[in-house]
Amino acid sequence: MTRVPIAGVGMTAFGRQSERTSRDLFAEAASEAYDDAGLAPEDVDEVFYGNFMGEIAERQGHSGPLAAEAAGVTAPATRVESACASSGVAVRHGVNRIRSGEADVVLVGGAERMTNLSTAEGTAGLATAADALWEIKAGVTFPGAYSLMANRYFHEYGGTREDLAHIAIKNHDNALENDLAQFQRSIDIDDVLTAPTVCSPFGLYDCSPMSDGGSAALLVSEAVAEDRGLGPDVAIVGSGQSSDRMALQDRASMARTPAAERAAETAYGDAGIGPDDVDIAEVHDCFTAAEVFAIEALGFYEAGEGIAAARRGETTIDGELPINLSGGLKAKGHPVGATGCGQISELTKLLRGDHVNSPAVADAEMGLTHNAGGTVASCVVNVLEVMG
Amino acid sequence: MSDDVPDAGYDDFLDSLADGEPFYLEGPEGDGWLPPRRIDPETGLREFTREPLPETGEVLTMTVTNVAGPSFAADAPYLVAVAQFGPVRITGQLRGMDHEDVEIGQEVTLGVGTSEAGERLVVFEPA
Repeated sequence: MTRVPIAGVGMTAFGRQSERTSRDLFAEAASEAYDDAGLAPEDVDEVFYGNFMGEIAERQGHSGPLAAEAAGVTAPATRVESACASSGVAVRHGVNRIRSGEADVVLVGGAERMTNLSTAEGTAGLATAADALWEIKAGVTFPGAYSLMANRYFHEYGGTREDLAHIAIKNHDNALENDLAQFQRSIDIDDVLTAPTVCSPFGLYDCSPMSDGGSAALLVSEAVAEDRGLGPDVAIVGSGQSSDRMALQDRASMARTPAAERAAETAYGDAGIGPDDVDIAEVHDCFTAAEVFAIEALGFYEAGEGIAAARRGETTIDGELPINLSGGLKAKGHPVGATGCGQISELTKLLRGDHVNSPAVADAEMGLTHNAGGTVASCVVNVLEVMG
Repeated sequence: MSDDVPDAGYDDFLDSLADGEPFYLEGPEGDGWLPPRRIDPETGLREFTREPLPETGEVLTMTVTNVAGPSFAADAPYLVAVAQFGPVRITGQLRGMDHEDVEIGQEVTLGVGTSEAGERLVVFEPA
């Protein structure tokens, strides 16, 4: 296990800023990361940039060099596309690059512009993360795919819409004071249960929103951190990634997420820890039920036990294992290509003490991010630790 | 990309379904898949036999979609299900029943339907 210090992070506010291009969103996040790290564009050896639906939303492909240009960098630059896990995977590529010794400073992150699309266009765009032949042609939308999983989960393990509602309420509460979050307002159980149905069992408040935003992080080698006196407080100490069959119909289980289980096992092994060592986590709650799948796959709960964790208060800000203190995708927002590195940015701040919710977890030393693509056909897990 | 150009494998399957002779691809170890497949993702083996699909299947999960993409906007609300037919699971739209009456375990048959936009798709009907 080689630690990869996070020298700096940056994240735009997530939300509706339809007129802004993804290149501009990424440039803002990268600018903040440079300032946070005390590094400059000329220090960067390589760029990994996550973006999912640029071709659909902006008619823009080949966005690796475009993102590097926007960040002031002339260096090898690659776009990473793994649906909603794009920038989480970009972070992992950066980690691997540093660990291999081929780079000392890597700019990672991502951006997405979504709200310039209509709801129907955005729905169709997101659905391309599913199987184009066997799911999309049958009318499967993205909320629909997760609804198929949620209903199968209810059938196998039990659980109710009320259980899911408590996850939405919790994540909205966590975002109340987070100025980067899309929704800074609390909701109650009636709001969730009486909202219009998107796909049964999900109502509007079970779903993360369409968002625009960018995120960035500067990963460095320990040697550079020391030589340059960067003094980073947090490092990535474990990373894992896995895949699964693209279509739900071809999975071993539709009520669990085996790719996340495998990614977590790799990340835990890499970090030399187990789930009991994790103090806080940012997980991929694109839908309320997705948080359940995540905390079970990560080993925090047995299958069937995670559904009521928020309702029992175990994953709330004052619970035993706070989940999604940033507000999660649900309330912070979900600009797809920016989400994974956005989790890294928020968790880094939470651990080093400069996040608005840091005081609630002042003793936290070990954190984890779980970033999923599609219906978890892709998953990347990164483990972060306060550097001693 | 033109919608007039068929997708080999997928459209072959729909054609077989329309002809009343739906099939699946069986790997050497008995696992079943829908086309196109050249390599079994479970075993890595490359030998498939074409086997007839059972006539009835069982709904494993479903959802009623109210907010659709442009291709299915005129169909909403519609019910999407995943159903088990022998060793194969298939995703399609369940028609011919009130949505609130559909439960996991519902027995269904398989056929080809058309969306309001005129596209072919897999449909289930109560057995």
